[in-house]
Amino acid sequence: MSWTSRLRRALPRPSRRRIVAGSAALVLVAGLVGWVVWPERDAWTTQDEMITVVTGPERNENVALDARLYLPRDRDGKVPAVLLAHGFGGTKESVSSDAESLAERGYAVLTYTAQGFGRSGGQIHLNSPDYEIRDAQGLLDWLAARPEIQTDAAGDPRVGVVGGSYGGALALMLAGQDPRVDAIVPSITWNDLTNVFLPQSADTSATGVFKKGWAGVFFGNGGAVPTGDDAADLAAGPPVGMTVDPACGRFAADVCKAYLDVATTGDPDRSTLDLLRRSSPAATVGQIKAPTLLVQGAVDTLFPLSEADANARSIAAAGTPVRVAWFTGGHDGGAGPQSDQDRVKFLTVQWLDHYVKGEGEAPSDNFTYSRVAGFSALDRGLVTNGYSADAYPGLAGTGRTRLELQGPAQPIANPPNGNPGAISSLPGTGGRLSQLLSGVAADIPGQFARFETPPVGSAIDVVGSPTVRLRAASPTGEATLFVKLYDVDESGAPTLSAGLVAPVRLTDLPASVDEAEERTIQLPAIVRRIEAGHTVRVVVATTDQAFLSPVAPATYTVQVASALELPTAVGTPIANPQTVWRYVLAGLLVAIAIGLVVVLLVRRRRLRRGQTPTVPEHAETPLVVSGLRKAYGDGFVAVEEISFTVQRGQVVGLLGPNGAGKTTTLRVLMGLTMPTAGEALVFGHKLVPGSPVLSRVGALVEGPGFLPHLTGLENLQAYWKATGRPWADARFDEALEIAGLGDSVHRRTKKYSHGMRQRLAIAQAMLGLPELLVLDEPTDGLDPPQIAEMRRVLKRYATDGRAVLVSSHLLAEVEQTCTHAVVVNKGRIVASGPVEDIVGDSPSVQLEVSDVPAAERVLDELGVRSVLPDGPSGLIVDMNGTPRSEVVASLVRAGVAVDRVVPRRRLEDAFLALVGENSRGSGDR
Amino acid sequence: MSVTTSAGATGYRPSRTLPIWAEVRRQASRRRTQLALGFMALLPLIVLIAFEFGTGEDDESGGAFDSLVQLATSGGLNFALFCLAVSTGFLLIVVVALFCGDTVASEASWGSLRYLLAVPVPRARLLAVKLIVALGYSALALLTLVVTALIAGTLRYGWHPLGSTVAAEIAPGPGLLRLFAIVGYLAVSMLVVAGLAFLLGVLTDAPLGAVGGAVMIWILSSILDQITALGTIRYLLPTHFSDAWQGLLSTPAQSDDLVKGAISAVAYATLCWGLAFWRFTRKDVTS
Repeated sequence: MSWTSRLRRALPRPSRRRIVAGSAALVLVAGLVGWVVWPERDAWTTQDEMITVVTGPERNENVALDARLYLPRDRDGKVPAVLLAHGFGGTKESVSSDAESLAERGYAVLTYTAQGFGRSGGQIHLNSPDYEIRDAQGLLDWLAARPEIQTDAAGDPRVGVVGGSYGGALALMLAGQDPRVDAIVPSITWNDLTNVFLPQSADTSATGVFKKGWAGVFFGNGGAVPTGDDAADLAAGPPVGMTVDPACGRFAADVCKAYLDVATTGDPDRSTLDLLRRSSPAATVGQIKAPTLLVQGAVDTLFPLSEADANARSIAAAGTPVRVAWFTGGHDGGAGPQSDQDRVKFLTVQWLDHYVKGEGEAPSDNFTYSRVAGFSALDRGLVTNGYSADAYPGLAGTGRTRLELQGPAQPIANPPNGNPGAISSLPGTGGRLSQLLSGVAADIPGQFARFETPPVGSAIDVVGSPTVRLRAASPTGEATLFVKLYDVDESGAPTLSAGLVAPVRLTDLPASVDEAEERTIQLPAIVRRIEAGHTVRVVVATTDQAFLSPVAPATYTVQVASALELPTAVGTPIANPQTVWRYVLAGLLVAIAIGLVVVLLVRRRRLRRGQTPTVPEHAETPLVVSGLRKAYGDGFVAVEEISFTVQRGQVVGLLGPNGAGKTTTLRVLMGLTMPTAGEALVFGHKLVPGSPVLSRVGALVEGPGFLPHLTGLENLQAYWKATGRPWADARFDEALEIAGLGDSVHRRTKKYSHGMRQRLAIAQAMLGLPELLVLDEPTDGLDPPQIAEMRRVLKRYATDGRAVLVSSHLLAEVEQTCTHAVVVNKGRIVASGPVEDIVGDSPSVQLEVSDVPAAERVLDELGVRSVLPDGPSGLIVDMNGTPRSEVVASLVRAGVAVDRVVPRRRLEDAFLALVGENSRGSGDR
Repeated sequence: MSVTTSAGATGYRPSRTLPIWAEVRRQASRRRTQLALGFMALLPLIVLIAFEFGTGEDDESGGAFDSLVQLATSGGLNFALFCLAVSTGFLLIVVVALFCGDTVASEASWGSLRYLLAVPVPRARLLAVKLIVALGYSALALLTLVVTALIAGTLRYGWHPLGSTVAAEIAPGPGLLRLFAIVGYLAVSMLVVAGLAFLLGVLTDAPLGAVGGAVMIWILSSILDQITALGTIRYLLPTHFSDAWQGLLSTPAQSDDLVKGAISAVAYATLCWGLAFWRFTRKDVTS
């Protein structure tokens, strides 16, 4: 056998249905895969260019900026532009996805690498009005000159400026310096760098505490010498030929000097303060005329919410439209949960569409924020709920809740060089929102004082900056303190919201706390719900690893006044778009329920139809099979055409060699297989799978089938239970008697012999004494006495008006058991009728003679119809009415010795002829 | 014998064939049912004993699993949660696949299926009863696990609030509710396995093929779900939302993913069962 034909056998034969189903599945899969991998045609084109701008205080320095212009592919006429600035340490590549999404919305987007970064020339001047801001003005000139860009006047492009952090400050300062800007969306950025790097939370004019952690990250990001791990970073390095000072990297000399100054002492000189102020929007923010959308992160220890608040107040004071949005993210929290990212994106696009493109209604000036609602199991991130309030409440909230702090004045030690230091945040690690939950906060014993409220009675929605009043005493007259607000749950676990602390530097302190003046401490703004039952703890610590604390050891005494003011706000929850899925789920369930009801109704109607006899004249006939044909899907025809009838009182034998189609016929009779053509009627009911009339038929088809773990008796009982018919109708005793298993009925059937199983199966078929009994090879596996007993049982069974249909490949069995016989071969009936009729004498006889040729001559003279040789000494003779005695006499007279004379019977004739020509069998039918 | 006017034998009514209780007892008598349920009751005790061995010294290993173990011994609720969490990945899948995949396929392999159909139990009814009973046993297995774990854990570690690594502790009362909400969601998400196994059990005569096939598909889907490059396609994977129950440990409980997971599970299960019924009511039963 060749491998191809073997393969063909192993594979299912291709029928039309299979081909159709297969190709449908193939098309579906191919379509799905194609849809996934099909490269989407970008809706924009890009163009990279080095743009040289004239910059510097004297406007005499040329700096080449590495820029990229995104243009919408489908645009009619000129399009408005967006100048998209990147964050500190980034390049134009770091904002590419934002640029693409804006370009998709029909904006020309100009991204560029700020001077001092990447491939751009120049140095980092920290958003100096003379350098970076002037660069951006040059880019506006460039945009105005582009033919694709819409302009308001000659040299005045229609442009919005968008950016985060370093880019956000650029947006603010550019808008403050250049009236050509039409709208800005600065996010997570600063108002005044002196407040950022030298924060002071107390109401005093003393210089704040140096935020060394973030300052170091900032300075490090200026990249002394680019040491990127991957080729892309190296490729984005400074222009060839530029020499960099290892101490200052690409920072301009003045910026570098300022950093070294403040980082060394923590006490900046005049020029450093001036530089920080010059690099801050604070100076020009009041001049902004471009409508401003301020987006600030609540999880940001670098640029806390107070920075955006300062910007918002200054811009609003000038009468310029300003809108504020907070999200749960920032320099510590990253981009935040998806719901927040979606909200910020929506607000940004809405703002630009209205104020730059001139589309859509004016955005409302409501204030939106989000609060942590829990933890998402799937993307391992936080889940936040969005809220909106009619107007921006600032950091003081719309309401206030006062809590009573308890705790005595406590001495706390400042260790030398601030080491060991408490940990509140991890500057520069970024995006680890989960920290918020477990909390990285750790206070060092001896270095902090603790003041705590009793458990709060009802939940408090804190939105804004809480305030406390603090008195401190120091032997040196100065103290650097860090005030933190913890939310403590019932189990005592404290959480420092967003890792935010309030650094305080107090001067002119007395040595005794009783003489100390009370200072108001503005704690960092937070968005947090303090649940009922939680307590609020205020901790005053001497160290924090994110800040520079005094070198000299000292012991302070601190006392926090009892009043803790918590600003609150009541926001309207922003509808969660995910809620729609609940309706989808409900709809799905309803649809399934409706579908189920419809299917059940249709089925019930169909069942009712099956109750009436479909052919009334056969209502009394146990079985009428007419024109039955079964062809399998692979083209194999098991039954060509079979028709026969079983009347009451008959024991009908279905006789045929293996593979004649007997079993297939019986399978159709049991409703296991659907016939291809023709039908079987049982008591006038057409047989379909599950026809109720099958309950009047008992069957043994293709051998027994029992639950191996049950005993014989339990199997019969389980079977009868499955019929749902009355227990008494089963006639277990009679069935068990027929099975004749004795005590073995209490053994598990898996231990039964083949014969025992066969007998149990016959008993199961007879349970309830069905009117028609169908048995497939019932004597298979039985020994001769049992076979004889079975014959008697079957004959007796058919006497009460019941009928039996037995299939067999053994002639003798049918002959001895049945009243009627149906002989099938190759799926067709070859003979049928009462057994006596077909078993009666045949006109032929089998002779065994000593001399075959002589015998043939004698027989020819006698005028028999035919003579056929049968073996070396045998002859089969069709007598044509000649008596057997005469034939024998004639032969003997002619000197031919006759060894044997065997009369033949019709059934045998037919059957042997069949088996003879079909001895190879054609497989199980 | 008298002629009956109705089609069937006296006392025969299609809607009374294979009563649910008969099928329950058919399955209850099987060794695999007893073993599976017994193991579900035994598992929490094995875990409990294993924890007893581990109390001696604190290993330096650390990590997420350590916190799970520490939480597990913090009270009965947490112990039950731990037992659930370690079972969802594989054990529950196998047990549900066993109950649902084996029920039809084993009858086919014993040859008893054709006798049930010749009773005749209407094919749709046969499937419906088998499905309901298989689902019932699956639910029973899940409940056995949780209840045993809850009782054993409470007896050993006491009745304490439900702690979690992602949120604050939840008081015992609401904690019990959360635990049973988790059990409910797991039951719903297991419908996918139940659907797959049942469909395969109808398509094949080999019980092992049905059970193993369903488990394999589940594992394949879990592997694909790890590949983030597949992007949003992963939302279509039947296992994508299988961890969403953890949202119930958050305060307040996060239910958005649960809803999506329920939609996914119900849709897949309905599709599989629909196919199973469609196929079984039409196919030639040759086993």
